[in-house]
Amino acid sequence: MSAAVRAPRGFAALLSTDGLAALVPSARNLAAGLIAMTALVSLAPPASAQSETTRIQRVVSPGGIEAWLVHDTTLPLVAMEIAFIGGGAQDPADKPGVASLAASLLDEGAGDLDARAFQDRMAEKAIELRFDASRDMVGGSLRTLSENVGPAFELMKLAVNAPRFDDEAVERIRQGQLAGLRRRANDPSTQASLAWSAKAFPNHPYGRPLSGTLESVPAITRGDLAAFAKRTLARDNLKIAVVGDITPEQLAPALDQMFGALPAKAELTPVPDAVPQGLGAVEVKTLDVPQTSMVFGGIGLKRNDPDFIPAFVLNHMLGGSAFSSRLFKEVREKRGLAYSVYSHLAPLDHAGLILGGTATKNERAGETVDLIRAEYLKLLTDGPSEEELADAKSYLIGSFALRFDSSAKVASQLLQIQIDDLGIDYIDRRNELVAAVTLDDIKRVAGRFRENPALLFSLVGKPEGLANAGAVPVKGAPNGGSGG
Amino acid sequence: MSALLLAAATGAAALAAPRPAEAAEVAQYTLDNGMQVVVVPDHRAPVVTHMVWYRVGSADEQPGKSGIAHFLEHLMFKGTATHPAGEFSQVVSKLGGQENAFTSTDYTAYFQRVAKEHLKTVMGFEADRMTGLVLTDEVVLPERDVVLEERRMRTDNDPGAQLSEAAQAAMYTNHPYGHPIIGWEDEIKQLNREDALAFYKRFYTPNNAILVVAGDVEPEAVKQLAEETYGKVARRAETAERVRPKEPVPRAERRLTLADARVGQPSLSRAYLVPAYRNEKKDSVALDVLAQVLGGGSTSRLYRELVVEQGLAAGAGAWYQSTALDDTRFGVSATPRPDVDMAKLETAMDAVIAKLAADGPEAAELERAKTRLVAEAIYAQDNQATLARIYGAALATGTTVDDVRNWPDEVKQVTADEVKEVARRYLVPARAVTSELLPARDAAAAPASPEKRS
Repeated sequence: MSAAVRAPRGFAALLSTDGLAALVPSARNLAAGLIAMTALVSLAPPASAQSETTRIQRVVSPGGIEAWLVHDTTLPLVAMEIAFIGGGAQDPADKPGVASLAASLLDEGAGDLDARAFQDRMAEKAIELRFDASRDMVGGSLRTLSENVGPAFELMKLAVNAPRFDDEAVERIRQGQLAGLRRRANDPSTQASLAWSAKAFPNHPYGRPLSGTLESVPAITRGDLAAFAKRTLARDNLKIAVVGDITPEQLAPALDQMFGALPAKAELTPVPDAVPQGLGAVEVKTLDVPQTSMVFGGIGLKRNDPDFIPAFVLNHMLGGSAFSSRLFKEVREKRGLAYSVYSHLAPLDHAGLILGGTATKNERAGETVDLIRAEYLKLLTDGPSEEELADAKSYLIGSFALRFDSSAKVASQLLQIQIDDLGIDYIDRRNELVAAVTLDDIKRVAGRFRENPALLFSLVGKPEGLANAGAVPVKGAPNGGSGG
Repeated sequence: MSALLLAAATGAAALAAPRPAEAAEVAQYTLDNGMQVVVVPDHRAPVVTHMVWYRVGSADEQPGKSGIAHFLEHLMFKGTATHPAGEFSQVVSKLGGQENAFTSTDYTAYFQRVAKEHLKTVMGFEADRMTGLVLTDEVVLPERDVVLEERRMRTDNDPGAQLSEAAQAAMYTNHPYGHPIIGWEDEIKQLNREDALAFYKRFYTPNNAILVVAGDVEPEAVKQLAEETYGKVARRAETAERVRPKEPVPRAERRLTLADARVGQPSLSRAYLVPAYRNEKKDSVALDVLAQVLGGGSTSRLYRELVVEQGLAAGAGAWYQSTALDDTRFGVSATPRPDVDMAKLETAMDAVIAKLAADGPEAAELERAKTRLVAEAIYAQDNQATLARIYGAALATGTTVDDVRNWPDEVKQVTADEVKEVARRYLVPARAVTSELLPARDAAAAPASPEKRS
């Protein structure tokens, strides 16, 4: 832990690194990369900024709890993001929705405070504290004015150490979750996404709906919730990022105050690695709407795969770029088939995926499925041009700074880097890694995707023109009432 | 690109637009051609948010041409005489920038977020397309299909969105806020290249535009860049005062029901016709506080009464859209729990509103609401893009930089009596459009329950 010599202001030095300077030589190797690299190099702020600003500090409490801190006094506020590894994938097989419901209840009464008293404490000081579950973690987000950091940390402590799960609160939040499930029961894009997961991961936690179902949520007991909290909220699976008007000297003891009394080790149920099933199929759920929503996906890479960065660049060219991706150009711009079309890598802890989605009028659904398949295969087979690759890298490198322009965004980045175990110097190295990607790297990673390039499509609507698409109709409307 | 800003918030407890408290020194000036400029320095990261706002939105459309403001927003990405289709977006992308645009009832805005040294580049492109747009049917027609898909995605696929659209139309019998921002489907299908260019020539001119730059910049430097780029764009139309047909004081309560097989979860929502900040500042700030007391989060009256105490609802909230040129809407909503009759839920909601209108807020809850609103103004300063939007929307709806800056102080001065008074005056049946979203009727008639038709 290093002390701040003077009150630091700004995030600029987060991005001023030796790594950026080191980019210049590799940039010269790129035929078409010059414009991009001009942009990149000039991104680095003057060297003096570095000495004025404390960068990411590893703060370790007397009790051994680690947090990453960016101390910044520009605004009188503090943002904290935390994560406990182990989310919806920890749900009992017959009771999906436990993690989600439990997370929603952490700020609904804890310690001596019932739900009403807890919410009053937050509201009186305008403290924002919320928790939610994703497949692989329970996340917590705190925002407070720095003058209220004491009470804010006290509420965080109570929420993670002593959630009450009082009957009144459980029932009330359960009703909210059920209402959400009913609201989304006929939402085409939600249902397409749920259908995709269910088909791709049968008998695996990733196939189950994170928010549970209309059958499972009523069956969740207080005991399920308390057991989930007890098993999951621990010190060894906890990651913490803090940004704003708080010094390392203030933060260190507060870490012990908030998290020191948690169990040393989480008791997580092992989740097996999984590969998506049903690839090549087009699954249809009929719903009487004018537009068909579709989710598609196949085998991707996990975050710790050495080829992840080249794969990330590859996906950017396919459907990651908002304006210049191949899918955008072919599906939207040229043919007017859809308003939105995208793809992204979804590196879950136990499965690497490439996922995407779009929505088009029913009459053109088959055409759209065929087009997306063809574009995917074409990119994997023929690869991008040098120029296309250079443009993609140029965007990814230049836009990295946009992730660091607010306390909340910086905190989220620091948290994700810890979750992904990329190292405290990752921000320094990241653009270097992207810049180093060559056409050969892209071909190699495309070759890996091509080993099984089949995509599973899940469609919800009344799609037409699927004769060639290998459609597998599913009986009935998706009224099952499950939501994600 | 081309996101649609749904000024018609869909029921969630969307709060008053948070505004910065003691913001960084915001600078403003006007170029010789009449273009307004606002600079919001934030030196924490070496990036800028660059936005151009036009004082034109869906409420400025001619009858029969609904959707043209939004359609033009899409078409603005189709190239100019100087820069052919795709070049601007390609350059932004190569620079590592992000871009988008959005249309509301009162404004249309375009933005890029880039590293600060690229500010001049994007200003040059944006200034070029202020008057240089070139359109051919080859790009216009597929883009119209894109807009129709956007409408299907947002509205036609969703019974709740269809009901919101109908409620807005019912609220505004005379004022053009009554038609949807994206347009009516049949009218979108008729829009063409000539419509777009006519609208463009009439409204896209520097004297009808506002430049907002937020981020790691100095006001003087931005001024110089603005003069070199936007400053060279000649005025091509005179701007008229934005007077729309006025919505008469409503006399009759309106009620809408949409029953559809796709509705899994019923909901009750109501909007009241109320003044916007521009026209009734004191009332508007009191309405911000009222929305917070009545429906801001889980300490609010509606949530505590309907969800916690009576257990009738799974959720409840309130919202107020203060940023508008003309009379706007204040909304309340609730989601019934299973087997709770809608009439019973509405009666309970009415009682909560009536009590607040009769007695006003208690001291503690008034304080809580004001603390929340003032804190949000500080939280808003954490995000340069948020700040840029707040200032842009304010200026595009007839208010000033000083209004934005003074708003937290105005909030602090609101009294319990003022909150009571705006509740009493505006939350009355004649001003209300009440909407019920229900499952298909035969399905709704299914299981009888003790709470039916109390």
